Order: sequence, then C-alpha cells, then structure tokens
Amino acid sequence: MTEQGVWTLAWLRFSRDRVGFASLMVVLVYVGIMLAAAIGWLARDWSEERGVSYAPPTFLGPDRSAAAAAIAEQRGPGDDYGIPDPLAADLAEIAKGLTGTGASEARSPTLAFGADKWGRDVLQKTLKGAQVSLFVGLAAALLATLLGTIFGALAGFRGGWVDDIFNWLYSVFTSIPYLLLVLAVAAVVNQKGVATVILILGLTGWTGIFRLVRAEYMKHKVREYVLAADAIGASPARRMFVHILPNVSHVVLVQLSLHVVLFIKSEVILTFLGFGVGVDTVSWGSMLAEAGSELLLGKWWQITAATIAMALLVTAFSLFTDAMRDALDPRLR
Amino acid sequence: MAAYTLRRLWQFVPTLAGVVLLVFFLFNWVGGDPAYLLAGKISNPAQIENIRRQLGVDQSYAVQLGIFVKQVVSADFGASWATNERVADIFATRLGPSLTVLVPLLVISTLLGLAAAMLVAYLRGSITDRAVMIACTVGQSISILVYILVFQYLLAYHLGWFPVQGWGTTFSENLLRYSALAIVVGVAVSLAPDIRLYRTFFLDEINQDYVRTARAKGMSEGRVMWVHVLRNAAIPIVTNVLLQLPGLLAGAFLIERFFGIPGIGREVILAVERSDFPVIKAVTVYVAIATMIVNLAADLLYRAIDPRVQLK
Repeated sequence: MTEQGVWTLAWLRFSRDRVGFASLMVVLVYVGIMLAAAIGWLARDWSEERGVSYAPPTFLGPDRSAAAAAIAEQRGPGDDYGIPDPLAADLAEIAKGLTGTGASEARSPTLAFGADKWGRDVLQKTLKGAQVSLFVGLAAALLATLLGTIFGALAGFRGGWVDDIFNWLYSVFTSIPYLLLVLAVAAVVNQKGVATVILILGLTGWTGIFRLVRAEYMKHKVREYVLAADAIGASPARRMFVHILPNVSHVVLVQLSLHVVLFIKSEVILTFLGFGVGVDTVSWGSMLAEAGSELLLGKWWQITAATIAMALLVTAFSLFTDAMRDALDPRLR
Repeated sequence: MAAYTLRRLWQFVPTLAGVVLLVFFLFNWVGGDPAYLLAGKISNPAQIENIRRQLGVDQSYAVQLGIFVKQVVSADFGASWATNERVADIFATRLGPSLTVLVPLLVISTLLGLAAAMLVAYLRGSITDRAVMIACTVGQSISILVYILVFQYLLAYHLGWFPVQGWGTTFSENLLRYSALAIVVGVAVSLAPDIRLYRTFFLDEINQDYVRTARAKGMSEGRVMWVHVLRNAAIPIVTNVLLQLPGLLAGAFLIERFFGIPGIGREVILAVERSDFPVIKAVTVYVAIATMIVNLAADLLYRAIDPRVQLK
C-alpha cells in the first residue's frame, strides 16, 4: 500500500460513520449555496425591497393589524375634532403619488419567510449571509492554518533559536485573550469589509495550530524515515514539507475544520458589534444585529432564520470534524 | 518551588516586552496618526499639530516607544481620549461590576457543569449521555448573541421577571436584581462547552484502577463518584476554571453591553467604538499581565493539589 492507501482507509472509516457522513452532506450543501450565491445563481437580488415592511412569513398570512393601522393613519388625526384637515387634499395627493409610482404597489404583503424593516426577503438574506459567513470562516481558517503550519514546521523542525523566537511569539499572542486581541486589531484597522475580517481572524488565530504542528514536527524529525531522507541528501525544506507534512496533515486538517467553526462564530460577533463586514453586505451577524429591535416588535422571523441557518452549519461542521478526527486517527477511539 | 516560581516570573519579562511591542506596533504604526481621529472632521493644521505634540506622535518611533514603556512601568496610561477620565480610574471603577457578574457566573456554571458532567460520564454510552452530548453540540452552535437576545426578550421584556438592563448603587441590589439575568445567560452559554470538557476529564478517571479497587472493597457508588473520582477529576477542572478568568474579564463584553453593566468588557467595546486608544492599550497590557499571573498560579495550584506533578 502506498500513501494513497491511508486516505482510502480513512475515507472508508469515515463513510461508515453515518452521523459524520450526513454532516458532510449538510456542509457540502452549504458550500454549494456559498458558490451559487457567489456567482449570482442564488439570492442575487437580496437587497431588493420586495415586500412591505416586516411582511410576515407566508404561512402566517398578511399582517392584519399593520393594515388596520395604516388605514387609521390615512384617515388622519383631524377627524377627531370635527374640523376638516386643510392639508387633506395635498396629503392624499402625496400619498397617491407615493403608492402609485413607488414600489409598494408591487410589494407583496407576505414573503416566504417574512421580510425585514425595509421589506427585504429574509430567506434571500439568509442565503446571501451564508455565503459571506461561510466564506469568511473558510478563508480565515485557511490563512490561520497556513501560518500555524509554516511557523510550527519551522519551529519544530529547526529547533534552537528559531524555535525560541516562535515560542516567544506564541506566548505573546496567547497572553492576550483571543477576542480582546481581535477587538484591539479591529480598533486599529478601523476599516470594514470581508477582506479585513479575514485578515484579522487569520492573523490572530494561528496559535493553537502552531503548538500542535510544532509538537508533531518535533516528534517526526527524529524518526527513521526522515533520517533516511536526510542521508540521501534531501534538503531541509524537502524533508519538512514533502516528507513530514503528509504525515502530520491529519492534525492540520482537523484543526482547519475546527477553526472554520470558531471563525464563523467570531465573524458573527464582530459584524454584530459593527467591526465586521460592511453595511453593503449581509452576514448572519448583521441579521442578528437587526433582530434585537425587531424582537421587541414581535417580528421573530429574521432572528429565527439566521439562528437556524447558523446552528445547522456549525453543528454539522462540528460533527463532521469529530468524525474526520476519528477516521484519520483510529487509535483515538 | 521557590526557584521555579522565580524562574517563571523572570520569564514574564520577555513575554511582557513582546506584548508591549505588539501593542505599540498595532497602535503607533498600523493605527496611523491619531491626531486626525482626535481632531474630528473640522480641524485646521495648527490644531492637528498641537494634538500631535501633546501625544508625542511627532517624535521618532524610538521616543514614542520609550513613552509607552514608561506608561506601562508606571501603570499610568494617561487619560481617555473620549471622556478625559484617568485610565487608572476607569479600571478602578469598572472592575467591581465586572466581578459582581463574573464570580457568581463562574461558580454556578462550574458547579452545574461538574454535576451534569459527572452524571453523563457515569451513564456513558447510554441514551441520556448521547442526548446530553447532542444537546451540548447544538447548544454550542448557537451564537451567544442569540442567547442574550432571546433571554432578554423572553425573561425580562416579555415575562418581566428581571429588569431589562440597568445598574444600581448598592452591592446587593446589583447582585440580586441587575446581575441575575446576566448570570443566567452566562451560565446557559458556558454550560454546553463545560459539560463536554469536564465529561472527558471524568471519563479519564472513571476507568482507572483505583475506581475498580474502591468498588471491589464494597464502597457505595455515591462515595466512589463524589469522593474518589471527583477529587481526581477536579484537578484539571480547577485549572481550567482559573485559566478562563482573564479571558472572561474582557470577554464578557457582550453580556455587559446588553445588560447595561458598567464593567471592563463594556469599556473595551466603547473604547473600540470611539477609537479610544489609551484605554484599549491599557486593557490589553493589564489583561496580558493578569493572564500570565493566572497561568503561573494555575501551575502552582496544580502542583499543590497533585504532588505527582513535576514542575520544570
């Protein structure tokens, strides 16, 4: 059996794990949504105001009380005193102009899963939010894993002063609590956007991966296969990344997956606080930020949609990670 | 022990130097010129020049670093840019409310997590165990924001059991009235990860030989679990709780912000929103020092509880 055999065996073990396999399917569906939304097949017009403000989900039916309130408002306060409103004609004209030419004539009273304050479709926002949140999580995790792996490989393989420097860097980064560090960087950068969030999360989140990869490299560099590679003249870089890396890649993969979950959660909090993706994009964090005041009005659909979408993805990703860890390292069972 | 403690304290120096360098790099180099932030939208060059001179940012980086190091050493970070309050005063007044929420929160969630984890570890492999584990996985996947929003809406706004937010003047009022819901939310959020972690600690102990011996000599199950297993599993749990503390101090900002608790976390958020660099710098350095001290304390405590542990 060659190198391929390991992965084939792991895949066989993985596909026997029903929970893990189902989780993988869910994750793949989300990745599909992300790609489809990115190229514009899905949720392209999420920012279009298609329903009335806070249009309820279709299964609830249109909001009667809102319609009644609108009628009451149209009648105007002047009626109460028995004096005709001198501006009534003008107001009616304006109202007609607004409803006639505006979009609200075409606006539907209900949408599949309701609408937000501006009448945007919550379902479409959730799908578009999935794209942004998942992309940020994946990209930041890739960046953090790349940094952690390279640093860990150098520190563990080289040892000596290289190890000292990276260990110092590690202790500096870990002595500041993660979210505080993220917030401090966000305060300094003071710039919103998807790329900024990815950089902030990626540049601050490499420490856990570094420690594990470093330990693996220290273990592997004295093994016989690495010594043999050295004896036949393989360069240090070749030994590090061609010989050892495939043998520690299961650690890296599991960490990558764990960090996707961590970063999706962090992005939601950052965006919620207003330091995340900009106002022209939607993520689950910005949906939750709107949800606070909506709940007080009894409009529960946006927070429900964002919560379910996020919980489903994070649960599936966590279960998938557990299953992957079991499959890649059967000794752990 | 003393030699070990001294060596560890000595190791604080390079780490703290690194933290100072990192913070300096972030705020004085990446952060750009703070004079433009401070002067506001309407400003003339003379004003900006004046502010720059006051802050010392017209000096070279070496001099600026010197100023910052002096601030750290003398524990005097100057005044907040936003409110002109002394940074030291901000800390002195905000620490109390933070601890009023955090200490009960930590105690309650640890005790509850411990009891639940011991139960599911005892029933390992059963339906209960699996159901609790699945519930924990799902519970962990929901954002802390949702917990706060829903609990605040349901328990405070809708049912009126708690005040929605606020802060009083007396300690008992703060603890029993205003912190109560914040503590409930905090416990609800931390319970799921705690149970999962503590369960593994209990599982590590439950299969040990001494447990079998205790059972073999006829000891009751209650005594085996509550005395023998709990004592051994408590070692990693205590360290874990201790290590959580500095992170919580700054990390409870969401809870503090939503419930209007004037603590350190809320101050961090306000500072980040206002680009109030002195406050953020001070928080970062102080929390880093606290983290290092707590790490050392955790190691020493570990050794005190478990004499087998060798400290090097």
